[in-house]
Amino acid sequence: MLAYVIRRVFQSIFVLLMVGLVAFSMFRFVGDPVENLLGQERTQADIERVRDQLGLNDPFPVQYVKFLGNALQGNLGVSYRQGRPVSEIIAERAPATLELAGVSALFAVVFGIGLGVFTAIRRDGFMANFIMTTSLIGVSLPTFLIGILLIYIFAVELGWLPSFGRGETVKIGGWSTGFLTESGLKAIILPAITLGLYQMTLIMRLVRSEMLEVLRADYIKFARARGLSTRAINFGHALKNTLVPVITVTGLQIGSIIAFAIITETVFQWPGVGLLFINAIQFVDIPVMAAYLMLISVMFVLINLIVDLLYFVIDPRLSAGASTRGH
Amino acid sequence: MEAVSNFLASDLFYRFRKSPVAVLAFIVTALLVLSALFAPWIAPQNPFDPGSLNLMNGFSEPGKPNQFTGETFMLGTDDQGRDVFSTILYGLRISLFVGFSAVMFAMVLGSVLGLIAGYTGGRTDTIIMRIADIQLTFPAILVALLIFGIAKGITPPSYRDEVAIWVLILAIGLSDWVQFARVVRGATLVERNKEYVQAAKLIGRKPMAIMLKHILPNTLGPVLVIATISLALAIIAEATLSFLGVGAPPTQPSLGTLIRIGQGFLFSGEYWILLYPAGTLLALALSVNLLGDWLRDALNPKLK
Repeated sequence: MLAYVIRRVFQSIFVLLMVGLVAFSMFRFVGDPVENLLGQERTQADIERVRDQLGLNDPFPVQYVKFLGNALQGNLGVSYRQGRPVSEIIAERAPATLELAGVSALFAVVFGIGLGVFTAIRRDGFMANFIMTTSLIGVSLPTFLIGILLIYIFAVELGWLPSFGRGETVKIGGWSTGFLTESGLKAIILPAITLGLYQMTLIMRLVRSEMLEVLRADYIKFARARGLSTRAINFGHALKNTLVPVITVTGLQIGSIIAFAIITETVFQWPGVGLLFINAIQFVDIPVMAAYLMLISVMFVLINLIVDLLYFVIDPRLSAGASTRGH
Repeated sequence: MEAVSNFLASDLFYRFRKSPVAVLAFIVTALLVLSALFAPWIAPQNPFDPGSLNLMNGFSEPGKPNQFTGETFMLGTDDQGRDVFSTILYGLRISLFVGFSAVMFAMVLGSVLGLIAGYTGGRTDTIIMRIADIQLTFPAILVALLIFGIAKGITPPSYRDEVAIWVLILAIGLSDWVQFARVVRGATLVERNKEYVQAAKLIGRKPMAIMLKHILPNTLGPVLVIATISLALAIIAEATLSFLGVGAPPTQPSLGTLIRIGQGFLFSGEYWILLYPAGTLLALALSVNLLGDWLRDALNPKLK
C-alpha cells in the first residue's frame, strides 16, 4: 500500500515536471520575450541588458529551474496583452469559473443519481425509456450547440433567462460571487445546465447499470424476503452499493468540467478563466496560456491522485492486490 | 470484380443490410460526402467569390423572394447576401477535409508508434506508452487547443490564415493518436508470439517487414472501428475549435465557423443563418457516429 502511494506520488510529480517543461518551452521558444518587452526603438545594448536581466543567457537547465521556482511562488509572468501579472488576472477570473463548475457538478450529481435510480427501478416504463433515448441524443450533441439551443429557447423565445454574462456580482473579500443577487442566480442556470449535461448523462447511465446489477444480487432478494419496504431496499441497500464507481467517475469528471468550461464560457460570454484562455490563444498571449496549462495540469494530476488513493479507502479489497496495480 | 462479389456475399455486408439504422446512417453520410465533393457543381453560387454576391440579397428569408431583387434562396442568405445552402456545401468540404485528414494523421502516427511499442517492448515501449498515458489524462479538446495556440505563436502573423487549416489538422490529429497506439500495441502484443511471426523471423525477414507486412494487416479491424468513431469526434472537435474562433478562418469557413457567425443573428430573428449549418453538422456527426457504433458491434467477435 505505502509503496503504491509513494510510486503514484512520484509519477504525479514527474507528470507535473513534464508539463512545466512544456510551459517553459512555450515561454522560451514561442515568440521572443525580449521583442515583447522592448518597443520599436531598442538598441543592441538594450537587448543584451534585458536578456541578462531575464536570465536568458543562462544555460537551459538553470533557466528551467528558475522558472519552476518562480511558478511555485505564484509568479507566473506578465500578460503580453494586458500588461498585468498573470496570477492577478487569474485570481480575478477564478471565482466565476469555480462557481460555474460547482453548480454544474451539483446539477450533474443530483439529477444524474435521481434519474439513474428512476430509470433503473421503472426500467420498462415509458418515461424511463424516453429519458434513456433522449440522453443518447444529448450525448452526441456538441456542447456549444446545446448552449445555443438553450439560449434560443429560454432567452430568445421565452425571454426568461439572460443569455450572456454573470449578472450582478457581490464582492466578499477577494471573491466576487453571483450567488447573492437575483440576476446572478438567473444568469448561472443556463451555463450550468449546458456544462453539466454530459456529466449528468454519464452519471445517470452509470447509476442505472450499477443499480440493475445490484438489484439482481442475493442480498436484495433476502431483504425483500425479510419484508423490508421497497424504499428501504432501493435507497438503503441498492443505491448505497452503487456509489463507489459513481464517486470515482464524478471525481474524475471534475477536471473535465473545468476544461470544458472553456466552451460554455465562450457560448455564454461568462467572464471566467476559460474565456481568458481562449482570448489568450486568439492573441497569442503566451504567459496566460502557459499559466492556464500549468494550473489545469496541477488540478488534473491532483484529482487523479486523490481518486486513485480514495479507491483504497473506499474498497478495502484493493489493498490486498496493491502490488499488481498501477503499471 | 471478384473482390466486389466477395464483399457482397460477406457476413459483414449481410449484417449491414439487416440493420436499418446502419443503412440510413450510411446513406446520410454518403449524401453529405458526395455533396461536399461536388460542391462547386451543386452550389447555386460560389459564396467566396465577391463578384457573384449582391448585398441587396442580404437576409433573404428561406424560400421567399427577396423584397429588393426578387431572387429566391432555398435556405435564405446571410448578412452579405451569401446563399446559406452554398456556404453549407463549402463549409462541409472544409469540415470533412479537416476531419478525414486529422484522423488519417492520427491513425498513421498512432499505429506506427503502437506497432513499434508492441513489437520492440522494453524501454521504447515504456517511453511511448508513458507519453500516451500522460496525454490521456487531459481532455483531447484541451490538447488540441494548446497545440493550436503554440502553432499560432510560431507562425508569423501574415501566414496565420493560410496555414490555419493545416494547423487544425495537426492539432486534432495529435490530440487523438493515443487511441490508435493503444489498440495497435495491444493487438501487436498478441500477434508477435504467434507462429507465423516466428516463421517470418526464422526465414530472416527484417523487423520492419514483419511489422508492416505481417502484423499490421492483422490489427486493421479494430483500427478501422476506432477510425470511424474518431472521425465523428474529429468533426465535432473541428467544429468546436472553429466555433471558439481558434479554428478555420472566416475566409475558409467550416460548419463550426458558420455556426459562430450565425449565433450573432439569433437575437435579430434570422434563425436560418444558424439553424441550417447546425442541422448539417448534427446530421453528419450523428450518422458517422452511428456507423462507427454499428461497425464496432459487427466486427466484435464476442457479439457474434
